[in-house]
Amino acid sequence: MAEPQRDALIDTAFGYASLGERIAATVLSGSRTGWLLLLAGFTTLSLLFLYTIMLVFTVGVGVLGLNIPVAWGFPIVNVVWWLGIGHAGTLISAILVQLRQDWRNSVNRFAEAMTIFAAGIAGLFPVLHLGRPWFAYWLVPYPATMEIWPQWRSPLVWDFFAIATYITVSVLFWYTGLVPDLATMRDRAKPRWAKRIYGVLCLGWRGAHSHWRRFRTAYLVMAALATPLVVSVHSVIALDFATTIVPGYHSEMFPPYFVAGAIFSGFAMVLTITIPLRRWLRLEAVITTRHLDIMAKTMLAAGLVVVYAYLVEHFVIWYVGDEYERYMALNRILGPYACAWWGTMAINAGVTQLLWSKRIRTSPAILFCVAIVLNVGMWLERYLIVLSSPHRGYLPAAWDTESGTMIDWLMLLGSLGLFFALLTLLLRWIPAVSIYEVKELLHERREEG
Amino acid sequence: MSELSGWLAEFDEVDDLVEAAHRLVDAGHERVEAFTPFPVEALDSVLPPPRDRVTVWVLAGATVGALGGYALQVWTAVFDYPWLVGGKPMHSWPTFLPVSFELAVLLGSLAGFLGMLIGNGLPRLHHPMFAAKDFDLATRDRFFLYLPGQNEAREALAGLDPVHLHEVPGDDDAG
Amino acid sequence: MTDTNEGKRRGELWRGTTTPRAPLAPPTDRRTFLKLAGWSALAGGAAACTPRSPEELVPYVDMPEHVVPGRPTYYATTLLREGYGYGAIVETREGRPIKIDGNPGHPATLGASDAVLQAELMQLYDPDRSRTPLHDGTPRSLDALAADLATLRERLLKSGGRGLRVLTPPVTSPTQAARLGALLDSFPEARWHQWHALARDAAITGSRIAFGRAVDITTRMDRADVIVQLDGDFLAEGPAHLAHAADFSSRRRPGPGMLRLWVMESTPGLAGAAADHTLVVPQPRVVRLALALAAELGLAVPAAEGLSPRERRWVAACARDLAEHRGRALVLAGDPQPPAVHALAHWLNAALDAPGRTLEWRDPALARPEPVIESLTALAEDMHRGEVDALVVIDGDPAYDAPADLRFAEGLERVSTVIHHGLYVDATARRADWHVPLAHDLESWGDARAFDGSVSLQQPLVEPLHASLPRLALPEMLMGRWPRSDREVVAAHWEARLGGESAEPWKAALRAGIVAGTASSSVDVVPRPSAIRDALAETPGNADAPAPVLQFRADPHVSDGRYASNAWLQELPRPLTKLTWDNALLISPAMAERMGIGDEEVLRVSTGQATIEAPAWVLPGMPDEALTIWLGHGRAIRSGGEGDSLADGVGVDAYPLRTTGALFARTGIDVEPVGRRYALAATQHHHRMEGREPVRRMTLAEVLDGRDHAPQGDEHPSLYPEPVPAPFDVDAPQWGMAVDLNACTGCMACTAACQAENNIPVVGKRQVRAGREMHWIRVDRYYEGDADAPRTLFQPVPCQHCENAPCEYVCPTGATQHDSEGLNVMVYNRCIGTRDCSQNCPYKVRRFNFVEYNYGAQEAELLSALRNPDVTVRSRGVMEKCTYCIQRISRARRQAKIEDRPIADGDVVTACQQACPTGAIVFGDVSDPESAVSRAKNHPLDYALLAELNTRPRTTYRARVRNPHPDLEENDSSGGDKAHG
Repeated sequence: MAEPQRDALIDTAFGYASLGERIAATVLSGSRTGWLLLLAGFTTLSLLFLYTIMLVFTVGVGVLGLNIPVAWGFPIVNVVWWLGIGHAGTLISAILVQLRQDWRNSVNRFAEAMTIFAAGIAGLFPVLHLGRPWFAYWLVPYPATMEIWPQWRSPLVWDFFAIATYITVSVLFWYTGLVPDLATMRDRAKPRWAKRIYGVLCLGWRGAHSHWRRFRTAYLVMAALATPLVVSVHSVIALDFATTIVPGYHSEMFPPYFVAGAIFSGFAMVLTITIPLRRWLRLEAVITTRHLDIMAKTMLAAGLVVVYAYLVEHFVIWYVGDEYERYMALNRILGPYACAWWGTMAINAGVTQLLWSKRIRTSPAILFCVAIVLNVGMWLERYLIVLSSPHRGYLPAAWDTESGTMIDWLMLLGSLGLFFALLTLLLRWIPAVSIYEVKELLHERREEG
Repeated sequence: MSELSGWLAEFDEVDDLVEAAHRLVDAGHERVEAFTPFPVEALDSVLPPPRDRVTVWVLAGATVGALGGYALQVWTAVFDYPWLVGGKPMHSWPTFLPVSFELAVLLGSLAGFLGMLIGNGLPRLHHPMFAAKDFDLATRDRFFLYLPGQNEAREALAGLDPVHLHEVPGDDDAG
Repeated sequence: MTDTNEGKRRGELWRGTTTPRAPLAPPTDRRTFLKLAGWSALAGGAAACTPRSPEELVPYVDMPEHVVPGRPTYYATTLLREGYGYGAIVETREGRPIKIDGNPGHPATLGASDAVLQAELMQLYDPDRSRTPLHDGTPRSLDALAADLATLRERLLKSGGRGLRVLTPPVTSPTQAARLGALLDSFPEARWHQWHALARDAAITGSRIAFGRAVDITTRMDRADVIVQLDGDFLAEGPAHLAHAADFSSRRRPGPGMLRLWVMESTPGLAGAAADHTLVVPQPRVVRLALALAAELGLAVPAAEGLSPRERRWVAACARDLAEHRGRALVLAGDPQPPAVHALAHWLNAALDAPGRTLEWRDPALARPEPVIESLTALAEDMHRGEVDALVVIDGDPAYDAPADLRFAEGLERVSTVIHHGLYVDATARRADWHVPLAHDLESWGDARAFDGSVSLQQPLVEPLHASLPRLALPEMLMGRWPRSDREVVAAHWEARLGGESAEPWKAALRAGIVAGTASSSVDVVPRPSAIRDALAETPGNADAPAPVLQFRADPHVSDGRYASNAWLQELPRPLTKLTWDNALLISPAMAERMGIGDEEVLRVSTGQATIEAPAWVLPGMPDEALTIWLGHGRAIRSGGEGDSLADGVGVDAYPLRTTGALFARTGIDVEPVGRRYALAATQHHHRMEGREPVRRMTLAEVLDGRDHAPQGDEHPSLYPEPVPAPFDVDAPQWGMAVDLNACTGCMACTAACQAENNIPVVGKRQVRAGREMHWIRVDRYYEGDADAPRTLFQPVPCQHCENAPCEYVCPTGATQHDSEGLNVMVYNRCIGTRDCSQNCPYKVRRFNFVEYNYGAQEAELLSALRNPDVTVRSRGVMEKCTYCIQRISRARRQAKIEDRPIADGDVVTACQQACPTGAIVFGDVSDPESAVSRAKNHPLDYALLAELNTRPRTTYRARVRNPHPDLEENDSSGGDKAHG
């Protein structure tokens, strides 16, 4: 069907049913071969991920680029990056629902899925970076035979709780929103087995009004809880660094700065997925360029906050005048990690500015490229923070540089593969867009006439 | 046909449904229930609100999470197995806050979800309503009004000129 | 990926002790080995033909009825180096030697040790050692050897020993000398030659020039106010370097009359780093500076030409200082310098009234003091002339380390019977008809003289691990007096002096590790100016030497190559370069800049005859127009076990460039970049202090003004009470350490001792390059001032055991926490390897097992035998660090409990403290105001590293104090720059 006028959030020419069909169709039918090819490609990359994990488990983290003084490397960079990506999903689905930003309805479903997968993968890396990953469960407070408990003052323990909570709540939130649509699928599916499965998954949803009421409250409250949660998660991640005394880590402004960065990179990833997706699933009518425009704007806003953070960080360093901090800042710009610094700045402070132009915001192809570049930029930023700070600490005699090994890169690539493989699978089995919410949206638009 | 539990009136527009619901409630029927493919806020003012409150569940869960979490940390770090770390006091409260907070959110959300399910009597996979003709449209593009009872219910619904009327078999309480 | 290979490769390096292929070889599977070792003090050994019974081994402190499992037993013995004796106390556990330290009663060690002495333990267990006799390369039994030697003996008896030659290192051992004498008596035509690549020929010849006879110098630096060194490194080289270090540092305590040290050196060394004034010049140029110095002091010597203004100022000030301290001054000539300079040094000392005050002239400790180069040259010539019928090489590898122009390897071809008696199947062994494994010093009986002539006995601590023969065996066999225990040989020699083996003097000597009253007597000699003047006139150095100069020096740890397969020494960072695992062409920053090269750039160095290619290493403090390369690398050893020898592919062999005429420096070389790079593994990459002053410095003048250069960090606001009241009983001792940076010479003994004591793994070159070395105490080296003549500063950095330890609060599992005695302890079992502790450690003293570093050692049982049973062996994935030798603390605690008394000050001595030759490290209870460590910490110059971070470290430092001469107080503040890191 034809592209609706630019500023429309949805094509009001739809009927409730036909709209439902349109979305559900992507799941129950649609081009199989393209999907298979995609899946095959991403699965191969996932196997690469598996291989690197195997190496880390059998040989040790020594296969990664780590040393003393730079004892944290790619895995930590990837944790921060993946979590950041996850946050955009929660933001879209949770925060915007409270702000009644109804444009979200068309994109929140896979934004949430994206959150879950990103958070899940992010959750893997802290384990992979351990010297003895098989003991990761020692962070859980349980009455162990050693009669010893986690060390609660450690930000890493906070991490564990933050990420675990985040994943759980995200899944819960996503599933809750999914229940009515699963009911729709149940009533629409032809084969008995499909009906059965959807029937069980939707818990016997009937769409009674009283149910809808409790559902709405629960959904809103969960959203209300998810909002501080998403902020807290990346703040806690930031505390891993902020609570240390390492110049370049020890910065009071890290929590808000990290959250902004998270939203920034998160939206970049949402766009990176949305743009090809809406084209592939022919959902232009549901996810309109208006959506792209709005997300791009959000990204621009977040990006500006990040840039502001850069300025404040350097101002504070100059203002406080701590010799170690000053050296660290200068060393980032001129030292062995200068490339990372200049790259970060060029992208996050430079490329972002392209988003001021409406033409770029509303032309999917260009926006897609910009989004990808910004993803890279944010990864670079985390790379810069994690590696460049400890490599020249307090005692010059202990200085050393560190960069990733082949395994590090394969692991990153592999994690991307896994992420997209999961998304591809998901799209096949559940609606990419929340059906009931879009219907609601359609209804409201009709009301407006 | 066995004994009926009530009747369904089918509409194809939201406004008709709301209108009809109004008339039913005005006519003094209490146990009216509507079935819609998406939440219809207009009905909130018409139909009686549910007695249980999801928010209460959430509040309870969050409180348990926060206090329980803090208690756990204080007990383990100060009483059960204290050890000296980084020259900090055993009860270094600021560092106990993050975990307490996360646990509050976790338990709060779980409680909210459970509250919703229990209130809605879900999961319930087999329900008389599913036996009614065309009820599967309720998740699609049709809007239904349900009135328990026999003939008087039928007449009451018929008076709302719905698109169709369907019988709901089985025992009562299709709420 | 690389690391998986790394793991495998190390495995091969170490895979040692599966049973040898030889018949009649000693069984060395682990159980049998431990049985042998374990009951060496009881059972007669099956391994060697030297039966022993328990009462022959006399423990250091008391005679055990039998070995008490779990309790260490200490024995005094002697280790040989360059022929000289180093008295050692060896700790054994269940019969296994597991730690070597100096013998407080022995003049050469005085209870201290150096890296090499520590690593002799690794040498004993080295899987690369040869394990069985080889005849033409095929394993044979010792009996077969004995039979073969018997026939050889028959042959030689006919000719009166014509063509029989014995080659040994310089010999001080009275017994060995006597037995070799006996051999020469029974074979009148036979000859005894000596050779050691680093032998101190110049000193011997120098004394002959000066006095007409060989004379040794022993110094009394503790009586000296001014010391001048003409090249060399008296703190690191020569048989007396540990005694020097002790005496020297005893006079370097800041205060009135603090000793002043002037050093001329051609390659940066420890003495140069410790000096108040260092003048770096190429080796040949030292002669003219010495001449100038002599002239300034009014000696009639040839005039020195072409001194730069700076050199003139330096020499003038130096001369004035010497003149002002007549009778309290001392001039030392370094081994690399030609004999004439040594002779001149004697003359200068005489002129300064040094004899009898700051030095003694004594009878040489060597049994036969001779310039070994002449001895070896004579041998080589005879070999080439085909006059050598049988050559017995004892403890040497001349095919590898003989000067190139002697073509020794070729010469060997012309010798009908070559018998090699050494620790390794090396270049000589492979060319020999017979290779006989040499028993390690810890496996043999013997004796040796220290630098001052004092004799100490050598007793075995363990049954020979392999089918080896002791140092004394071959001459006995040739004399047909075999089988005979080496113990009998030694005992027989001392029969007259010490009585029989049952006699008390003998036991006392064994117990004390020294034979009282054997120090050589001082001689009354006078230098002969005319002879010295003539010698100086002939010495070329005074003319301008064609640049550049190639200087040969022994590797600071691997020495002349005898420790080439010693993993501990290969991986121990060299004091100044901080290089591991390789040698390099050391080059001055200025010269490197001119050549447009940097570190790791491979250079081709060619003389007319030979060429080597070695990587460059830019070293501040190298003289311009000079290159220095370490000897002792690129040694070809065939491992006794399976797999490659550890020495394989390590470094470059520089001996091909070394000739009889140029043992320490040669001119007329071409140097050009090859355009290739070779990866070197250094443990320190940045060399300036960046104005952070981890090493606080001041001058003596400032100290005397009572200026306190070591302010403590100011208090910081905190949410918590500061310091936090300890939740534990405060009666417990509170451990702390004080390190005197003024006494530290940077010799790395502490690091080596720590490695031996704490089972610290060797990780291999690739891992070191990756920045993953495991040493618990590192010695940081900083440069200050002009890069071409920098001031060098050393700072040992172990775990600081902070009271507010940043590492502790970030650990999620509580794997690192504080104990009641103020130790920052690691709980290996609880560590999951987040490495956050290391991230948050401002001192970066934590070490992490990135992969399984003990893999190789698990493969080789021999290496598990040298483990300290009191210390956990850490597995993959856990963090580790300095524990203040917690096992020694707990041993002291147990002992105190048994004796029902509090732990006394000095009960606990950490491994680094015990090894330190200058007593720079003090350890003890800081809660006891009377303890040595408390007193050290109360010193005004005591400061905490990075105190501003409020970590409250238990390890503190005493500022470095210089004592510059007023005339030369140049002001330099710019950081010594080395452009990488």
